[in-house]
Amino acid sequence: MTAPLRAALFHRPAELDEALRLLAAHPEAVPVAGGTDLMVAVNYRHTRPAAMLDLTRLAELREWSDEGDAIRIGSGVPYTRIIAELATVLPGLAAAARTVGSPQIRNRGTLGGNLATASPAGDGHPPLLATGADIEIASTAGTRTVPVTAFFTGPKRSVLAPGELITAVTVPKAAGPQQFLKVGTRNAMVIAVCSLAVALDRDARRLGTGIGSAGPTPLTAPDADLIELPWNRPDLFNDALAAEFGRRVAAAARPIDDVRGTAAYRRHALAVCAARALRRVWTAAHGTESTR
Amino acid sequence: MRVEMRVDGEPAAAEIDRPGESLLTTLRDRLGRYGTKNACEQGECGSCTVLLDGDPVCACLVATAQCEGREVKTVVGAVPRPVRDAFIACGAVQCGFCTPGLLVSVADLLARDGDPNDVQIREALAGNLCRCTGYEKIIDAVHAAAELMSDGTPAPTRAHWITTPVVPSAANDATEAAP
Repeated sequence: MTAPLRAALFHRPAELDEALRLLAAHPEAVPVAGGTDLMVAVNYRHTRPAAMLDLTRLAELREWSDEGDAIRIGSGVPYTRIIAELATVLPGLAAAARTVGSPQIRNRGTLGGNLATASPAGDGHPPLLATGADIEIASTAGTRTVPVTAFFTGPKRSVLAPGELITAVTVPKAAGPQQFLKVGTRNAMVIAVCSLAVALDRDARRLGTGIGSAGPTPLTAPDADLIELPWNRPDLFNDALAAEFGRRVAAAARPIDDVRGTAAYRRHALAVCAARALRRVWTAAHGTESTR
Repeated sequence: MRVEMRVDGEPAAAEIDRPGESLLTTLRDRLGRYGTKNACEQGECGSCTVLLDGDPVCACLVATAQCEGREVKTVVGAVPRPVRDAFIACGAVQCGFCTPGLLVSVADLLARDGDPNDVQIREALAGNLCRCTGYEKIIDAVHAAAELMSDGTPAPTRAHWITTPVVPSAANDATEAAP
């Protein structure tokens, strides 16, 4: 019979400051919110945390706020709420959230956990890259903000340092149509074979792209974003342009062969998804003009 | 470490000895509540679905210590009688292993939407795997349960034999549920 667990091995702070102090004092404590990544590893004995730090009682992480031209989403807001409450202002992120796991997983899983795990296949990442979101990270030393493009450093690696917690993600409000496309073997409970987010900014005449599950980290596609689009004559948009965008997105990917698919398939699928996504956002943005 | 919560409407306390112990393990191995099934332990199959403060979650992915003061409802406490009756009457149960999780998910769906269509049902149940039925009879059962819960009248679904349930008591209870 093992000794009963001392209360100190499972920390349940009620406020962020307390959580940060506990994390500084107990660097071995593994933060847990929805548990949809961590608990799988625990159940399969891949990890055996000596201590854990519960984030689900931190009310300030479970709120989102309207910051004018952006939405600041607490890192502990579950996907279900992102879908229900933010689909109008953040359609790309909401579409991605809708493809996460199952209802049970979406009720627990959070954007903060998705980022902290930093899987190249994380569904939340491509829309954050496509829109240029910022990650807010706190520790007892203070708060810092990291652009999502600088957050990922490798497979399941990020700039998050010991003693730091992701507290919020600030996502610019959609300034035009957005798309999220994900390739998998079924519509639910799928880790992406590859995924793609595209955001069109009508006023700034700018494209943003995020690629998932096709490289060591989630990726952007800067060359693809710079494709010349017929902003002044939207009716000149054609399939050749969409195909060229697809080629550029595929070229930006750095996929490998693994259990979910081959590198060649991922590039092919990304090209198809990208062409489709661009056609959709362009039509959604200019549908009325081009039919004139 | 002692964790106190409410399970199916009653106070329950468990003494856990590692921080990563799951709610599923605690329910089954410490509290003797075997209604919640253990299958994949990775949130994939939905067999361990319970309501945590009203939301369906996989009990295998919840750390028990996160449940201090929370309300847990298993298949025993979360599922209205008509949902169970409809599953039996429609033949939506074969080996039965997925059934408790499915019942909890269906109870949650019908609490949010009294008359879901097939697409809504499939999406709501996407996290509950059944390897026996092929899902068709489960979907029939959801429609039948929705109908029973709205006015007690059997639904005109493909599961026409809902009108002659295999379990006599089910028919009685269903009738009693009518206004």
